[in-house]
Amino acid sequence: MNLSSFALVRFLPVETDFGFIRMRVGAFILSLVMVIGSVAAFFTMGLNLGIDFRGGTAIEISTQGPADIALIREVVTQAVPGDVQVQGFGNENEVLIRVGEADPETINALEGFSGLDSAQAQQAVQQLVRSALVEAVPGVSFERMEVISPQVSDELRVAGATAVLVSLFLMLIYIWLRFEWQYSVGAVLALAHDVIITIGFFSVTQLQFNLPTIAAILTIVGYSMNDTVVVYDRIREMFRKYKSLPTPQVLDMAINATLSRTILTSGTTLVALVAMAAMGGPALEGFALALIWGVVIGTYSSIFVAAPLLTVTGVRRDSGDRES
Amino acid sequence: MLYFARWKIALILGTILIGVLFLLPNFVSESTRYGPDGRPQGVWSVLPSDTLNLGLDLRGGSHIVFQVDMDEVRADRLVRLADDVRTTLRNQPAILTAAPAVVEGRVVVRLSRPEDMEAALRRLQAINEPVSNTLGQPSLDRTLSIQADPDGRTIRVAITEAALEDIQRRTVTQSVEVIRRRIDSTGTTEPTIVRQGDDRVLVQVPGESDPERIITLVGTTARMTFHMVEANVDPGPDGQGRMPPGIMALPTEYPEEPFLAVQRRALVTGEQLVRAGQGFNESGQPSVNFTFNTSGARAFGDATAANVGRRFAIVLDDVIISAPRIRSPILGGSGMIDGGFTVQSATDLANMLNAGALPARLTPVEQRTVSAGLGQDSIERGQTAIIIGFSLVIVFMLLAYGFFGVASTIALIINICLLMGGLSGLQATLTLPGIAGIVLTIGMAVDANVLIFERIREEYRSGRTIANAIENGYQHALSAILDANVTTFIAAAVLYMMGAGPVRGFAVTLGIGILTSVFTAFVVSRFLLAGWLRYAKPKTLPM
Repeated sequence: MNLSSFALVRFLPVETDFGFIRMRVGAFILSLVMVIGSVAAFFTMGLNLGIDFRGGTAIEISTQGPADIALIREVVTQAVPGDVQVQGFGNENEVLIRVGEADPETINALEGFSGLDSAQAQQAVQQLVRSALVEAVPGVSFERMEVISPQVSDELRVAGATAVLVSLFLMLIYIWLRFEWQYSVGAVLALAHDVIITIGFFSVTQLQFNLPTIAAILTIVGYSMNDTVVVYDRIREMFRKYKSLPTPQVLDMAINATLSRTILTSGTTLVALVAMAAMGGPALEGFALALIWGVVIGTYSSIFVAAPLLTVTGVRRDSGDRES
Repeated sequence: MLYFARWKIALILGTILIGVLFLLPNFVSESTRYGPDGRPQGVWSVLPSDTLNLGLDLRGGSHIVFQVDMDEVRADRLVRLADDVRTTLRNQPAILTAAPAVVEGRVVVRLSRPEDMEAALRRLQAINEPVSNTLGQPSLDRTLSIQADPDGRTIRVAITEAALEDIQRRTVTQSVEVIRRRIDSTGTTEPTIVRQGDDRVLVQVPGESDPERIITLVGTTARMTFHMVEANVDPGPDGQGRMPPGIMALPTEYPEEPFLAVQRRALVTGEQLVRAGQGFNESGQPSVNFTFNTSGARAFGDATAANVGRRFAIVLDDVIISAPRIRSPILGGSGMIDGGFTVQSATDLANMLNAGALPARLTPVEQRTVSAGLGQDSIERGQTAIIIGFSLVIVFMLLAYGFFGVASTIALIINICLLMGGLSGLQATLTLPGIAGIVLTIGMAVDANVLIFERIREEYRSGRTIANAIENGYQHALSAILDANVTTFIAAAVLYMMGAGPVRGFAVTLGIGILTSVFTAFVVSRFLLAGWLRYAKPKTLPM
């Protein structure tokens, strides 16, 4: 069998020669705009925090036949004081109800309750919502219920922020050990850029920001780092090989040499993630969307941010021989 | 790089075989694997027999974290300490003091005569016991810190940090035991009850979709005591009436008389119960029957004999659940509580009494419940996402690399087997985010192969022979592959350490996925290509 005719498609030209470094000013401006926009969105629009980080109650119900969201909203608003959100979720007979953190004083003022602390007040809200729904919506079934006390949501917020910062710090250390500090500064700046823009994405889209979102951000950190390391590894190698060429030209050569790999890997990761977003159901949709966004941003940043940043951090040409 | 010694071949094939063996149980029904005695039977007693350990979000169930109320325990401890201080100082010959009081977390006692200071300190030192450490042996730390004020008359006694930690540790450990007994008594299968952090207990109950019952079961302290009712004292309509010494007003469970005045001293306590069960009273209402131990039976018999015609109160967690009149002495050491129970609530109370009282109040601070139906739905959607993601990636690789794509496809299939086998073998919990981790791993796993293949193309273009190009491709891609995967692994590790519950499941699959991807992409695909080179002896590079 002649196997040499097997390669069906050439996605990319065999050798590319783009001047990425020449575009760096434009890229830096674009990145700066996105970062500033994200920060601005964060402070003006805020994040649509899920109950993991906000405390409160989330109840997912399914009804027999299409759900009457307006009726459910009215029933729940009547049943409990506070911030009530009711939205369709997945199919037309699935509804997600969220009730913000309940103030124990308002709950204690209701008939039949007294002396509850803040954690018990959240439980009481859940009971009230459930019994109101059982009465008003015949055949309702409770698919998922989450009650998070303010105490735990505070802790989760701190743990989530710490996890992101700790992982950035560890990346900084690792790249410093394996490369040089100039690389590690470039890589971590690029990562911070990715994290900020991803948070901006959540702010602008108002997708729910919850515990799995932190997992998504950390994965984006890992993925973007992965991309950046591949480019940096090639840059270091090229620096050793072409000692007399100017830095920008070597950077361009390295980015071009890894370009088809960068695009192919992003491609396979993206097709898997699109499958997840399309098939994984509402619970995984937000998670998958965050990852898709992150992969795109991470790929962009390793080409247009991390590598060109080396011209700014001023990498030493004679260094980087540590590894060989 | 392309030569494999025999032992390496054996190692590679062995690893794959072990992964497949751990994966195998997932395709065989439970009744085939396990005999009626619940033990693996036939070949399964030799082979691994555990399937994937599904998280509660996939199999349905309740995950509830309870906070142990240590403030109450500490306050209780201080009151008892004040009592101990008083008894110790009042022992003959008595040292005269004002009544010891609890002030700002310490017991403060003021001596009537300053010259007693030395004797008082000596006596208090005698009750200052060493803190038992984790091994149950006495440590150097003491339970109390005893300080004399410069005024020469006041002594301040505090519980030391070490003693408080010890109290906390014991309280949480005891709580875990009591909760386990209570939940076991409901016949729930496979509950998980573990300490979480310093002062929390995690309860996971698969299948149960009504978290309220667990919360009641765990959140009830179930400290039961029996007290004589003081019919002559009026507790007032709101329980705020002035009580004579030794008498307290307690709320009741029935609206006709919202409060009753009872003696502070308990006749009998729940610790003196030996057995409780659900039964029915004369009118057919569900009730709780109980039996006292010998000392409890004697105390209860004496008290009822001396108080025929009066009422006694059965108090559960500071609420009177029943206050029957004593018609005749109750000498048999057994009795019955009627209190408007349902069969379920009577059974639960009996179980709680049998399991013993909790040493502290427990409040649910985090509760996540998923119905079995939604869990099943998630599994199905997850499977679809995995299969579609997998197929798309394979198509992508075949289109991009042709024949080499076949090698990476085989590597990817082995990768998934190893990942699933690893999860089964380690009994790591697979959650819905964990499934997302698998899908993501599928997408990212081929990265190492892409890196290598691109490198091989490059080397081949620069004029090397096929064997040489493949050899160099693997060699040169190695450092990038390692660095890239270590960084992702770091992210997964951080997530594992910081994350809780379902997110942890994601970190686990991502972490294991990285290990198996590096192995399959770097070792397995190389092994396949080396074999191909040897037998096909290709003239040109087919990609």
